[in-house]
Amino acid sequence: MARQMTAAKPSPPAERPRQMNGAQTLVEALRREGVEMLFGHPGGASLPIYDALYDAQDIRHILVRHEQVAAHAAVGYARASGRVGVCTATSGPGATNLITGITDAMMDSAPIVAITGQVPRPVIGNDAFQEADVTGITMPITKYNTLVMRAMDIPKAVRMAFYLAKTGRPGPVLVDIPRDVSQELCEPDFDEDPSLPGYRPVVDGNPGQIAEAADALSAAERPIVYAGGGIISSGATPELTALADRTGIPVVLTLMGKGAMDETHPRCLGMFGMHGSAFANWAINRADVILAVGVRFDDRVTGRLKDFAPHARFIHIDIDPAEIGKNKPAHIPIVGDAKRVLAALVPLVRPPKIEAWWKQIEEWRERYPFRYRQRDGRISHQYVCDLLNRLTGGRAIVVTDVGQHQMWMAQWYKCREPRTFISSGGLGAMGFGFPAALGAKFARPDKQVIALVGDGGFQMTLQDLITAVEHGLSLPIFILNNGALGMVRQWQTFFYRGRFSSSILRNPNFAKIGEAYGARGIRVDQPEEVERALRTALETEGVPCVVDILCDPEENCLPMIPSGQSVAEMILDD
Amino acid sequence: MTDPQHAATISVLVQNAPGVLVRVAGLIRRRGVNIHSLSVGPTEDPSISRMTIVVDTAPERTEQFAKQLRKVVEVLRATSIDSTPAVDRELALIKVNVTPGTRLEIMEIANVFRASVVDLTDKTMTLEVTGRGEKVDAFVTLLAKYGIREMARTGQVTLVRGAQNT
Repeated sequence: MARQMTAAKPSPPAERPRQMNGAQTLVEALRREGVEMLFGHPGGASLPIYDALYDAQDIRHILVRHEQVAAHAAVGYARASGRVGVCTATSGPGATNLITGITDAMMDSAPIVAITGQVPRPVIGNDAFQEADVTGITMPITKYNTLVMRAMDIPKAVRMAFYLAKTGRPGPVLVDIPRDVSQELCEPDFDEDPSLPGYRPVVDGNPGQIAEAADALSAAERPIVYAGGGIISSGATPELTALADRTGIPVVLTLMGKGAMDETHPRCLGMFGMHGSAFANWAINRADVILAVGVRFDDRVTGRLKDFAPHARFIHIDIDPAEIGKNKPAHIPIVGDAKRVLAALVPLVRPPKIEAWWKQIEEWRERYPFRYRQRDGRISHQYVCDLLNRLTGGRAIVVTDVGQHQMWMAQWYKCREPRTFISSGGLGAMGFGFPAALGAKFARPDKQVIALVGDGGFQMTLQDLITAVEHGLSLPIFILNNGALGMVRQWQTFFYRGRFSSSILRNPNFAKIGEAYGARGIRVDQPEEVERALRTALETEGVPCVVDILCDPEENCLPMIPSGQSVAEMILDD
Repeated sequence: MTDPQHAATISVLVQNAPGVLVRVAGLIRRRGVNIHSLSVGPTEDPSISRMTIVVDTAPERTEQFAKQLRKVVEVLRATSIDSTPAVDRELALIKVNVTPGTRLEIMEIANVFRASVVDLTDKTMTLEVTGRGEKVDAFVTLLAKYGIREMARTGQVTLVRGAQNT
């Protein structure tokens, strides 16, 4: 293989020639950002970039089979490691295939940098072959994007891209490079600082506001912390845990917040929201003071806004000022980094008197725990999730796709540490799970990484099984196969009188597909076979293992607060 | 015409770079709000431009717009200025039909509005008027009966009164 041949070549001399082309400049700029790996697919406009990558022994390029996988893998890589994920595609169709993954990164604030080839400068705007206005198309789905028109501007563009992607509220940045810019010779200056006078994220919270928040929490009778993905982005888990330990205030998590706090901690009530636990939903809705940290009051979390926690005063901490007061007015707004603000807040809070509050919460917790039934001879989805939780001790990195299985795993998998639950939250992009797991495994080869997908979503990106096989990844892929687009079918059951319009799937044999790609394949259709199959897959080394689990085709994901409604309308049983 | 109940003015200082106008306009469009007027021009610093945007939105949403605009990397400052005393101006060029019988009448109206005649033919007269939007609106209404052939308005530009920066 070509890559092995290059590995035999001597490494380039330490002193680099002053002149290099744009593509070599790009590779050197990536190296200086500490990039060790990027996910991508080559094409005409990115040929010069791939030629430069051919010489870069310290930067691994993972060839994927569809650019969508490159973008999702970059997100998985970023969210598992906290480092910036990088993906690359050629112009036109290559770049447009990245769109879903970039949008996911935007919605879930994942730091990624996308590098796209563009047609040569003289033909830009002329509808050239494989031309698309990529900076135009990605404007609303990136934190920033730029079309680089001179090779000498590449170092600055790359520095800016990484800086913007990882600071403040993280997000995707796209750098579009015309082919002739990649070929143009230049004398790059890698030390030039990009000037960003309009970008100054506020990290330290206002001390007066923090003191006011501390007073509100200290005097509260029914306080609660509503914690989200911002805790994980800022690394604020120790501060959040210290707050709960010191004050006894209960913590509820969003889907994006899973992992922000050890879910087995007695103060942690786990996930609330549309498919969160009844007790967590009751608790936040009855609270008198809510400390919202690193969250954006998403409709899947709050339901109908005017009925969400109607008696509460809101303290809202976020690094993005535009999130504060966007959906729900904040009584005490605090702009800043979650870690720094919580660190300043914790010592100021006097433990409130909340014994009665906890008594009430414990009563709810006992009365409305998550539960599931096992119908005769049918495999329960929740049982699989519960078992995966027990077999891994909540210490694996779980990457899910989107749909019922995602919500069941969110309910049953008790994360012990940050960056162990990766899911497409805001965008809800089916096809995310497996590629993001691929990226997560590349980022954390030392950790057990598992993909949990549905039969619908897996078919959107399963072609990259070959990539996992090619790189010998120990990656179990569990398919909760209910022969349906389960969440669609569930909504049709509840809200469309059981008219299953285009939601029932005829499926291939996924185990055989796995085997055809060179992975291990296991098919399970009896409940008593499940545990052995899961264990086998978790222990499989050096090759992905596709486990097709034929689950109960009629199970609904509950509890459920129907879209646009409130906790009062929560469906507990069907 | 702007409905003053639902028009909000946002003044935005931006780095003079390609694509900034599209970013700013796109942010507003994405929220389903109509841009009533938008004017862009250089400031005292040639690397910085000022955009004055009048959007058709309820005043309570204006601050959210300003916050979203501040997230654009090239935006240096975005201020909602409806609650601040400010000077608003707009310039309009209006080409009306004239006949020997109406010419003097139109010039009289123009005098009242301190508008000036900037072009004249035997069939048309082009007038230039400056002022607040309502003044321009009133002028246009009065001229309508003579037949307006075409019109160009710059959109509102605004600066906060006094020593305070906009």
